[in-house]
Amino acid sequence: MKYVKQFLIILAISFLGEVLHMLLPLPIPASIYGILILFALLETRLLPLRLVKETGDFLIEIMPVMFLPAAVGIIDSWKIIKPSLLVYLAVTIVSTVLVMAVSGLVTQAVLRHKKGVKNG
Amino acid sequence: MVDLIQKSAYFGMVISLGAFFLGSFLKKKFKWGLLNPLLLSIVFTVTFLLVCKIDYNYYYEGAKYLNYLLTPATVCLAIPLFEQFEVLKKSKKAVFIGIISGVVTSMLSVLAMAVLFSFSHKEYVTFLPKSITTAIGIGVSEELGGYVPITVAVIIITGVLGNVMAEFVLKLFHIDEPVAKGIAIGTASHAVGTTKAMELGDVEGAMSSLSIVVSGMITVVSASLFAKLW
Repeated sequence: MKYVKQFLIILAISFLGEVLHMLLPLPIPASIYGILILFALLETRLLPLRLVKETGDFLIEIMPVMFLPAAVGIIDSWKIIKPSLLVYLAVTIVSTVLVMAVSGLVTQAVLRHKKGVKNG
Repeated sequence: MVDLIQKSAYFGMVISLGAFFLGSFLKKKFKWGLLNPLLLSIVFTVTFLLVCKIDYNYYYEGAKYLNYLLTPATVCLAIPLFEQFEVLKKSKKAVFIGIISGVVTSMLSVLAMAVLFSFSHKEYVTFLPKSITTAIGIGVSEELGGYVPITVAVIIITGVLGNVMAEFVLKLFHIDEPVAKGIAIGTASHAVGTTKAMELGDVEGAMSSLSIVVSGMITVVSASLFAKLW
């Protein structure tokens, strides 16, 4: 019953996220509302971690495979992408590397600056 | 045979999980960075569908249940976030400045390349939400008048690229603080990248999860301003 209970809670929060998404006129998806709700419940101790932990860890572990149907869907838009494939790929690769490098380096610089100020 | 497959309710699921299992097995066996389980399973599945001439819609009929689990799984990203909240509180300034710098870099780099490759306005706004999670990205692209199927494809490719290249890029730029690694992966490559961050460590995974939420929200607010620039 433990897993049924955990899955029920996770699905109920997803449902609540869906309801918020339908009611509020914001471009925020159900999953993001759901993260915020689950986080708030855990942080306020209204929901003990043990009531979601194992099922949550399992879902996160198998998460990569959940992207497969959408990724394979690229074959459906292949005809429109194909003529500009190289340009689109170049834009995507360059931009992804830049974002990763800049956000990582900036975060690290601010972290180390703070440490430096504390130590010196 | 093809007819049988197209009538089957389980085929899509079997080929998806089979491809992913095979991908994970090869990764474990050869421990080679480029052998990314997700990338491999995409290649296996696409090749199989193309070789056997099976329409994507028949595949999706069975595989859609994986998609169905995506929202509950994303909701669960709140768990590592909760578990690592103390780390986050200690470095909140760095975390938020880092994510904002990443979102701005994402849109500026798309703008620069839109100018370089003389994109149409429609193409430009199609790429603007490329680094955020699909569900938010679709909304942004729609609102700005982008081409939604391409946005979806670009977001997925961005995620897979981030997932595959993360370790290499982080090493190349000497990003070695766990908090900074997580922020870099999540801000650049949303939930697909986050699955890689989870592999690297608990702090990395939690920070990457946080980046999905925060960068998504910042993009929603700022994309319409950037859309006016080209």
